[in-house]
Amino acid sequence: MVEPPSLLPEANGLAGNGQAPRLERRIRYAFADRRFLAMLGGRNAGSFFFISGRGKIIRALAGFLHETIMLILSGDPDLIEIVSLTFRVSGIALLFSSLVGIPLGVFLGLRRFRGRRLLISLLYTGMGFPPVVIGLLVYMLLSRSGPLGTIQSEIIPRLFTPSAMVMAQTIISFPLVAGFTMAAVMGVDQQLRQQISALGATGYQTARTVLMEARTGVIVSVIAGFGSIISEVGAVMLVGGNIDHKTRVLTTAIVLETRKGNFELASSLGIILLSLSFLVNLAMMLLQGRSFDE
Amino acid sequence: MNESIYRLAGVTKVYDKHQVLALGDLDVHRGEVLAIVGPSGAGKSTLLRLLNFVEPPTAGTITFDGHTFGPEDTVPLAIRRRVTTVFQRPLLLKQSVQANVGFGLKLRGIRQVREEVFAALDRVRLRDLARQKATTLSGGEAQRVALARAMALRTDVLLLDEPTANLDPYNVGAIEAIVEEVNADLGTTVILVTHNVFQARRLAHRVGLLLDGELIEVSPVGEFFDSPVDPRTAAFARGEMIY
Repeated sequence: MVEPPSLLPEANGLAGNGQAPRLERRIRYAFADRRFLAMLGGRNAGSFFFISGRGKIIRALAGFLHETIMLILSGDPDLIEIVSLTFRVSGIALLFSSLVGIPLGVFLGLRRFRGRRLLISLLYTGMGFPPVVIGLLVYMLLSRSGPLGTIQSEIIPRLFTPSAMVMAQTIISFPLVAGFTMAAVMGVDQQLRQQISALGATGYQTARTVLMEARTGVIVSVIAGFGSIISEVGAVMLVGGNIDHKTRVLTTAIVLETRKGNFELASSLGIILLSLSFLVNLAMMLLQGRSFDE
Repeated sequence: MNESIYRLAGVTKVYDKHQVLALGDLDVHRGEVLAIVGPSGAGKSTLLRLLNFVEPPTAGTITFDGHTFGPEDTVPLAIRRRVTTVFQRPLLLKQSVQANVGFGLKLRGIRQVREEVFAALDRVRLRDLARQKATTLSGGEAQRVALARAMALRTDVLLLDEPTANLDPYNVGAIEAIVEEVNADLGTTVILVTHNVFQARRLAHRVGLLLDGELIEVSPVGEFFDSPVDPRTAAFARGEMIY
């Protein structure tokens, strides 16, 4: 059995303190597992990119999956902390963007007023805005020389805190939630709106009923909003700073580990991010019952 | 019978500088079935929207049971809720039949709707489909559910916008029977908009002809068809009007 080349930082000269962080030590344990080594077939087992041939790629993928499972089963506190912060930041941001975006989408979908087209154009622009630019904007707003940085207030987040990350992610996702909700509401039959009103509904009741009729589209808008922030790295890196035990989330951890050459750990974190994202989307659909089957 | 529930005076409706309705005066008697006939595009559906207070008139006034409303007036919800419309298409929500029939009642804050819902479903003979999804119904069944939803509200006025267009003869007969029953049993005033003169003859107490947004003639059903005053009415009643 050939020992795979070590990709741990101290072995590659990337981190010379000789003391590997806890999360990386878990990977070393995973590699020490004999069954895992056998599955990878020994040579170049440490790197997906050096393996040629379909069989070896499949074996390497299986190895990554095995490693990921080991990592999850290990119950590593660092991993739990990163995953929990990721979902806390993105969850709160999604909640805020839904609270603002869904009513705004309904309003734009149902009401006709001067300046509506301009507002919709701005919203569409926001939907395609690069997250890193929003990160830069939030950074400049919250920095000491920025307009919000000088204000001492509980409700204004500080840079390099999870609150700043929430603010950036809210700005990224709310145009998507509002835009897709608006499209879903506009897709509801105009005559049905008249019928609801003719049955004696107030403006609020009409809006609520139309929203219920458009629920499949509204769920899609929330899922799109979630997808845009859970996978986002530029803005959270800028305003969060990727500080260990403070603002490190899954995406920024993946970037860091990739830069350090820890492809296994980066891949495992990627698989965890993908799996959790899939589970959240699945849960959202299940919560909405049979809407998607109609 | 001749007490007016609606009185329209000088009502006009203009969309984008195009006048679609110039009614003049019209009285609708409490408890009657008034059919408004006319070709497509005559302004019949616009008239119903004004009568349901979904839209205000551009000029003129609509007096409903003693309350007069002009173009700038906001119609109180309590007044709006005394009138409802059944459109040509059933326009049901993506819910069960039962939920659809109870929808208007729930809008009014009524929580216990089961009894009213099943009474309305009995009237349209669809009790067995109460739990079924509205999206799975046939066109005729869906229209009967829409009618049940309106009947459950027991409004003073029921506005029907071509309710049997595109339906098979069985469902046309069933819906006409229900309308007659609602009018006779509950005393509901029915305003029926149709281009089917035969249906108007079968159901209405009075008939009005609307042409290009103008009310040509309103008279009792016998007079309208047998001795019309206006030659255009005679032509329409004989089916000679090309539209």
